[in-house]
Amino acid sequence: MTVKSTSRARKKAAPGVPDPARAGSTAEPELVQLLTPEGDRVEHPEFPLTVTPEELRSLYRDLVLVRRFDAEATSLQRQGELGLWASLLGQEAAQVGSGRAMRTGDYAFPTYREHGVAWCRDVDPLNLLGMFRGVNNGGWDPNEKNFHLYTIVIGAQTLHATGYAMGITKDGADDAVIAYFGDGASSQGDVNEAFTFASVYNSPVVFFCQNNQWAISEPTTVQTRIPLYRRASGFGFPGVRVDGNDVLAVLAVTRWALDHARTGQGPVLVEAFTYRMGAHTTSDDPTRYRQSEETESWKAKDPILRLKAHLEKEGLADEAFFTGIEAESEQLGLRVREGVRSMPDPDPTLIFDHAYSEPHPLVDEERAEYEAYAASFEGGEHH
Amino acid sequence: MAGQLSIAKALNEALRKSLESDPKTVLMGEDIGKLGGVFRITDGLQKDFGDDRVIDTPLAESGIVGTAIGLALRGYRPVVEIQFDGFVYPAFDQIVSQLAKMHARALGHVKMPITVRIPFGGGIGAVEHHSESHEAYFAHTAGLRVVSPSNAHDAHWMLRQAIESDDPVVFLEPKRRYWDKGEVGEDPMLPLHSARIVRPGTDATLIAYGPMVKVCQEAAQAAEEDGRRLEVVDLRSLSPVDFATVEESVKRTGRGIVVHEAPVFLGLGAELAARLTERCFYHLEAPILRVGGYHAPYPPSRVEETYLPDLDRVLDAVDRALAF
Repeated sequence: MTVKSTSRARKKAAPGVPDPARAGSTAEPELVQLLTPEGDRVEHPEFPLTVTPEELRSLYRDLVLVRRFDAEATSLQRQGELGLWASLLGQEAAQVGSGRAMRTGDYAFPTYREHGVAWCRDVDPLNLLGMFRGVNNGGWDPNEKNFHLYTIVIGAQTLHATGYAMGITKDGADDAVIAYFGDGASSQGDVNEAFTFASVYNSPVVFFCQNNQWAISEPTTVQTRIPLYRRASGFGFPGVRVDGNDVLAVLAVTRWALDHARTGQGPVLVEAFTYRMGAHTTSDDPTRYRQSEETESWKAKDPILRLKAHLEKEGLADEAFFTGIEAESEQLGLRVREGVRSMPDPDPTLIFDHAYSEPHPLVDEERAEYEAYAASFEGGEHH
Repeated sequence: MAGQLSIAKALNEALRKSLESDPKTVLMGEDIGKLGGVFRITDGLQKDFGDDRVIDTPLAESGIVGTAIGLALRGYRPVVEIQFDGFVYPAFDQIVSQLAKMHARALGHVKMPITVRIPFGGGIGAVEHHSESHEAYFAHTAGLRVVSPSNAHDAHWMLRQAIESDDPVVFLEPKRRYWDKGEVGEDPMLPLHSARIVRPGTDATLIAYGPMVKVCQEAAQAAEEDGRRLEVVDLRSLSPVDFATVEESVKRTGRGIVVHEAPVFLGLGAELAARLTERCFYHLEAPILRVGGYHAPYPPSRVEETYLPDLDRVLDAVDRALAF
């Protein structure tokens, strides 16, 4: 399904020599799209999608609440309640569309920005904030919701995802795995090794690349001279580029990819072509490296506005629905705010608690030393 | 099991027993299938257990360890082989930042029962990147356990214990001893992380592990001809270290000499010397001395004998310790 755009791109350049003008982030060949930025439904012959009005409203609710959660976290960082935050602003459709495509038994391996996927996996949003507040380095049981811990070293989780998928094959199960990463991660060795392992073992893993155009300050053109989804062909599996701001297209393409993987047909690379509207993290300053016109042009493709336009145009939601979502969003914001502010610091002995599964004499010894030291202070506790 | 086995065969038998006893145990690595590994440690295992359990991998060390982590999350117990010590560095992030920390990051909810087997150390006349001792990097990382057997019995039983451990274990195989034979008993005798006094003595304690245990035993034998009775402690486990056994020995002899192939600077010997000084200060007749590699890249094999501690360098250190 990607052959058309591939061959078209090649006509402009000598074989094997990518045309820089069409390379990387500047090229937008044949995005799979089911909902235009104006909110009109369009059909794609290879990715049909039937959604009920209720499902559309539910997706809209997800998008709005995820954006609200993210905005709240950004504010909390500004207020000093979080040490750092990695905003997903602009990427809600890529995350909700792919997250909603998963079945219960499927497993997601996120980066540190997949707050929307976590939402779809029913992970308590407050769990996501522990690491950013500094009360833990992960904090949830990944197997409870089949949502792995956030991984900070770029691309490392794609190998964990692939290994997990290899295990699914060994078990003879029909689950699938989805590994999230970004355009910058596509340059990492681990991602390329994950592609290799997944391909040669025909593992049920979907590599979901959110190409948000920027790896901190580096544009996609610094990572690649070909559109990223075309990397897949070199590894021997299909790659698809989807409009990452179109929740319906992402849903359809990811659902197809997961089914492709779970039915023994091997991995798929999905490139969700999207845009990071905010900073890389709250420590970043995007005004140093990108033009405001670029950001403005992506505002017109906003994933929430286009679904809202569709719901309104088609008369699928009334004012009361939108008001209700707003009220729910306020409640979520309040819960997150209060939850973070009342999040207790861990007991300092957490340091020693889970260094190992089994007893370890050095850890026991150092814990005892610390406890004796802490007890030596007035009141018996070290502050 | 009883009988004389080479360390290589003892390891092979340990892998076989582990594959037999737990269907979730899988072996992964480069060339471990039909070839049986470049040192033949996995010889015959793919034939008997199938390529689904003895898995030939792509040539990618980070990929081997990274996918093993995923398999462990799915409930498997992977045993991965790194072909040579110097090839493990591409997997360094996966071992020290991912594997070692996963249990803590999940607040104990997940376990990482992965064994990383690495043939390590020099003395076989190999080319560059085939003779290195990187134990300090791994022992320095909390979350990992690091062990190294010195004889066939320990090679067999420590590998089985490592595979049964729910923690990640870096299992360093002394490759220059692969062909040394020894009795493999029916019982492990010791827990995985206990040190063992392999030769009792009264005048000084030689502390070693893996390939250097044999050198120290030979040194003790030679010293006895000069009327010096040296005790030899085989650490077996490098993280955690069984300090109780080492301390007790050094307190008795009053002298300690740590011997390893790795560079002396910031090596395991530095940690042992510091700790023994803290704990045995009033029992010491001499400073704890160290014998090991130089602060230089592992040398070309024609001069590796100069780099590696040998019997003479150990005995020279004994002379210095006894001269205090």
